[in-house]
Amino acid sequence: MQPKHLELTQVGIDFPTPKGPFNALTDVNLKIKKGEFISLIGHSGCGKSTVLNIVAGLHQATTGGVILDGAEVKEPGPERAVVFQNHSLLPWLSVYKNVELAVKQTQKTKSKQEVRDWVTHNLELVHMTHALDKLPSEISGGMKQRVGIARALAMEPKVLLMDEPFGALDALTRAHLQDSLMEIHADLGNTVIMITHDVDEAVLLSDRIVMMTNGPSATIGEILDVELERPRDRLSLADNPQYNHYRHEVLTFLYEKQKKIETVSSHKGKTASVKKNNAA
Amino acid sequence: MNNSAQVVRYTGKLQGKSMISSMLNSGPKLIMPFIGILLFLGIWSGVAKSIDTSLGQFPGPTQVFEQALTLIDEHNQQREKADDFYSRQEERNAARVAKDPTYVPKIRPYTGAPTFFDQIWTSLYTVMVGFFIASIIAVPVGILCGLSRSAYAAMNPLIQIFKPVSPLAWLPLVTMVVSAVYISEDPMFSKSFITSAFTVSLCCLWPTLINTAVGVSNIDSDLVNVSKVLRLKPLSHVQKIVLPASIPMIFTGLRLSLGIGWMVLIAAEMLAQNPGLGKFVWDEFQNGSSESLSRIMVAVITIGIIGFLLDRLMLTIQRYVSWDKNAVLR
Repeated sequence: MQPKHLELTQVGIDFPTPKGPFNALTDVNLKIKKGEFISLIGHSGCGKSTVLNIVAGLHQATTGGVILDGAEVKEPGPERAVVFQNHSLLPWLSVYKNVELAVKQTQKTKSKQEVRDWVTHNLELVHMTHALDKLPSEISGGMKQRVGIARALAMEPKVLLMDEPFGALDALTRAHLQDSLMEIHADLGNTVIMITHDVDEAVLLSDRIVMMTNGPSATIGEILDVELERPRDRLSLADNPQYNHYRHEVLTFLYEKQKKIETVSSHKGKTASVKKNNAA
Repeated sequence: MNNSAQVVRYTGKLQGKSMISSMLNSGPKLIMPFIGILLFLGIWSGVAKSIDTSLGQFPGPTQVFEQALTLIDEHNQQREKADDFYSRQEERNAARVAKDPTYVPKIRPYTGAPTFFDQIWTSLYTVMVGFFIASIIAVPVGILCGLSRSAYAAMNPLIQIFKPVSPLAWLPLVTMVVSAVYISEDPMFSKSFITSAFTVSLCCLWPTLINTAVGVSNIDSDLVNVSKVLRLKPLSHVQKIVLPASIPMIFTGLRLSLGIGWMVLIAAEMLAQNPGLGKFVWDEFQNGSSESLSRIMVAVITIGIIGFLLDRLMLTIQRYVSWDKNAVLR
């Protein structure tokens, strides 16, 4: 494990608004080891997505910066593949073609046969080889998200960025996909940063849970190391005292230390503007 | 000129087919349009009887139908005359070649007056060429405006100012420019054709351009992000993401453009005396016989039906091109 794989240093971002710049994030410092699974958790509007987008290169940090394997992140690229919340498969391409586009674009030296093998291999990882020729509109939400993950994995990313990948799915499908993701992570050992709202998901999947304070000027509040043995099994963990302790820690942070105060009117205005900025 | 007759025959078949299938599928859906048309015909013939013009009584449906048949007869007669002319010419040429083997036969075109169907064909051809020229300009420019805010800011004032300009204001300018610029010994196209086609183009540009720009700028930002993460080059970004995503809006624009183009063309032909359906209408008006109004009415209905069929044609192409086969198109 390299000590410096992915490093966020003093990352902050201002969004321009009609009333002047709005400081959404400030002083975000985080060092991530290769192969680590990191969850970002926090109340909505606290800038989790913004952190992820800065790492992806889709947003530019106003202060500080991100360094991946010694190179500064300036623009989006396939070595930092993103799994978007609502899958964002191209609706006019079949499941196979969606993944194929990513492979052809990122690995141009591959021969036709190698491309075919690699596409099929990645779809096998997410158990989607039965629907190669289906259009995204013809498969379920969970399946779409699987294909989205396959597409991201097929880019051979150094870091896999997931923006609430399972947020829009029902609980059963979500559990199923979490298990798949753990398997894949165990196999490939990618570095993963995942945004989640789900405390159980964070504890089950992560090596570290990064808890963020509320905006504006959000930053990292606490970092919790999850030292549970892998492979983890959701059923046996349910009664595990250590697991429940971690859950409790995260819940305490979210609902006591960073409890959202919605009754104060001045605060309300601020949260509203945070939401606006996130939408933009 | 056989083509025009073929087009007419083919569209006739198409309508017949869809009528039968919809009759089988849904009774009321078919009956209501029929009732609508019958009501219209009834009111028309009732009102027509009470309108007296200097060219006689306003034609009712019966007279118009009779004139439609007359126009078909006239067309067939002209065809026969033309065929006779060409076979006579061929015989003459063959005789001369037999006498003198070095003689290169000249073939002179038949110069009879264009019939109603010739005019339909001319108009269709002109509108298609004008529409095509407009589309190959408007779609790329629209994509550029949709992709780049600065391109849009630069184009927007021009679009807003030229969009509402009537084709008839353009027409004198286009005519003068074409006669000044398009000079050749053996012109491939007649000047009148080029004038009409360009006037159509100038009016067809805007709806396609605006709709394409709006469609492109409204592409789901997630899809744009996918393209960024994959580092797609600008050209493949347009090809793989932008075009498929904005096909519905592009086609909305194209259909509006073609509809406007068809309307514009008829007006331009009337004003400039360029060959086509507009000239037919104008000539009949100037002719002022007792049948003129019925013949103009035939032209009016024909223009309407052709406009409708052009729109259906675009819809069919859209169905074929669009990836979303389940989308409801109307």
